[in-house]
Amino acid sequence: MTAQKNSLSVALFSVLFGLIIGAIIMLVFGYNPFSGYTALLSSAFGSMQDIGSVLTQMTPLILTALGFTVAQTAGFFNIGLSGQALAGWVGAVWYSLSFPDMPAYFMIPSALILGAGLGALAGAIPGWLRAQFGASEVIVTIMMNYILLFLGNDILQNTMSKNIKESAETTKQVGANASLQIKWLTDLTQGSSISAGIFISLIMIVVVWFIMKKTTLGFEIRAVGLNPDSARYAGISAKRSAIVAMAISGGLAGLAGTIEGLGNYLNFFTQNGSPAIGFDGMAVALLGGGSYLGVLGAAAILSVLKIGGLGMPMSSGVPFELVDIVTASIIFFVGASYLIKLMQARIKAMDEKAASTAEAKKIAKTKSVQDNSKKGGE
Amino acid sequence: MSLMAMFSLVISSTLVYSAPLIFTSIGGTFSERAGVVNVGLEGIMGMGAFASVVFNLTLADTLGAATPWLGLVAGAAVGVLFSLLHAVATVTLRADHIISGTVINLLAPALGVFLIKVLYGKGQTIPISQDFGYASIPGLSKIPVLGQLLFEKTSGPAWLAMLVAGLSWYIIFKTKFGLRLRSVGENPQAADTLGLNVARLRYSGVMISGLLGGVGGAVVAQSISLNYSASTIVGQGFMAMAAMIFGRWNPLGALGASLFFGLSQSLAVVGAQLPGLKNVPSIWLQIAPYVFTIIVLVFFFGKTRAPKADGVNYIKAA
Repeated sequence: MTAQKNSLSVALFSVLFGLIIGAIIMLVFGYNPFSGYTALLSSAFGSMQDIGSVLTQMTPLILTALGFTVAQTAGFFNIGLSGQALAGWVGAVWYSLSFPDMPAYFMIPSALILGAGLGALAGAIPGWLRAQFGASEVIVTIMMNYILLFLGNDILQNTMSKNIKESAETTKQVGANASLQIKWLTDLTQGSSISAGIFISLIMIVVVWFIMKKTTLGFEIRAVGLNPDSARYAGISAKRSAIVAMAISGGLAGLAGTIEGLGNYLNFFTQNGSPAIGFDGMAVALLGGGSYLGVLGAAAILSVLKIGGLGMPMSSGVPFELVDIVTASIIFFVGASYLIKLMQARIKAMDEKAASTAEAKKIAKTKSVQDNSKKGGE
Repeated sequence: MSLMAMFSLVISSTLVYSAPLIFTSIGGTFSERAGVVNVGLEGIMGMGAFASVVFNLTLADTLGAATPWLGLVAGAAVGVLFSLLHAVATVTLRADHIISGTVINLLAPALGVFLIKVLYGKGQTIPISQDFGYASIPGLSKIPVLGQLLFEKTSGPAWLAMLVAGLSWYIIFKTKFGLRLRSVGENPQAADTLGLNVARLRYSGVMISGLLGGVGGAVVAQSISLNYSASTIVGQGFMAMAAMIFGRWNPLGALGASLFFGLSQSLAVVGAQLPGLKNVPSIWLQIAPYVFTIIVLVFFFGKTRAPKADGVNYIKAA
């Protein structure tokens, strides 16, 4: 409980420090930090459409962050979230464009399962290589990000049939039978690209929390993450848990990619680099401090920054990249939480010292008063 | 295309693509030998690229042909400064090394593009006027056959990188500093007991990785991309990290692995001009280096071993 409380205060301090760093940078380069942050807030909350955009941004970040957290619980650092998301995105869009006449009640669940499955496969491979051969999952997932990036682009450019493509670089839009967008939500948010994906993300928070905290599988994954040797001694297959944890992690990232494809963009297009939702999801998970509710809060904060940042150049002239600098700084302080804990300890120590000196003074004072009164009495 | 021309095309382009990887992977070797995992090489390269391009654009008119070489110094300086962030976070503030490295990677492109926008008003720079291009090494290029293949119209930075590799091997394995650096990466507690300053040695390891990573980024910017944008450094830092692991944390091994990666990268680029590879779909050549990395990692795992205290923070008993 205290650990939880601690990490919440670390997260809040980190956000505060990150914003201060952003303000300092704006000052140094001759921008007005006040108008910069005002522009940020007004373009994140200015209209229903902006709020819709923030929710759209949150959707994949929640899922990739959940994925990162699950892998981390098992003791793995899954840097491959963006590749796994891409696998789901390409697969789901390709699948739904290939069957334009399939009814929605069959198409949507099957596309979601396919996308998540592809992500799970892309996650399970490094999990298996780690469990079986001891190959570092950090390196393997980094390498797989590139393999999946190039493969995705190649499938789009050279494998997909011409009649599901708009141009060499983009597919056609997925049909109404596969779209996750809901009319009333779209209308409510003045045409933002929000979709039912946000509900899927929120449900997955509960589902993943339940699996990890309330089931045997989750218990095994946590046990392996805490101490693989004692887990094995207790009869848990560390190998199986490693593969399952990485598959769940990749599956969540794949689901994020699927929702990007069927909810947000409604198509797939040539990617110049790994999708940002991978690394941003990692940032969300780190800020969330391994807590499932924390993921929700952190996704909201980073999405407000991202969407708000888009409006900064126009109204205050501050380049968009400032918000990425702020995000990186926030994660820096989360990582260097020792600094914040040290400061908190200092402050606490100073408070205690102040309190005890005040106490001492008080005692001394009353004593001297008593002495005086005694003297006076004499 | 004659056989000779084919070979010299492949060799010279291999050297161009290898050079940044050689510098950076050796940088990573220094850092990890000292016990600090450096996932942030990618970001450090990005800042090196940024610094060299700004330097190059600003001073090309006054410095002429020497500009790209001095640009390496600019890249190195900024690389060292930037790596200090990683050193402070991991050594002094006890941050997780991978989180700190990830921060470096998140920060570098954002900061680079932010500054480019502040300086030039747009997200990418114009092309630099003085780049490395192809140079012939005087004397050596006169050797028959070999001279023509290796030293004529070749990449200057690549040969510098090979010198650095030899020198680094000597420093790490044959000098007192190298021995101390390695001992801090293997068993910091024992090193501390013997009176070594663990923190200072780890700082120097990380700063050397900043220096060489900055140079690596500057080489990319001034010999391959020829400008700076968010996409100047996309993945070379991670490749360099893989080369370091392949090279088993040995500068000469890193050199070999970098040359191998450089070869497969260059084949993806020039493969279309080569008779034997014309019909291989370019996707295979594109993903080959990454697939090979995974295969070799899995295959040779039993023989690779990171420094024992790599990634482990040393907290001195009070």
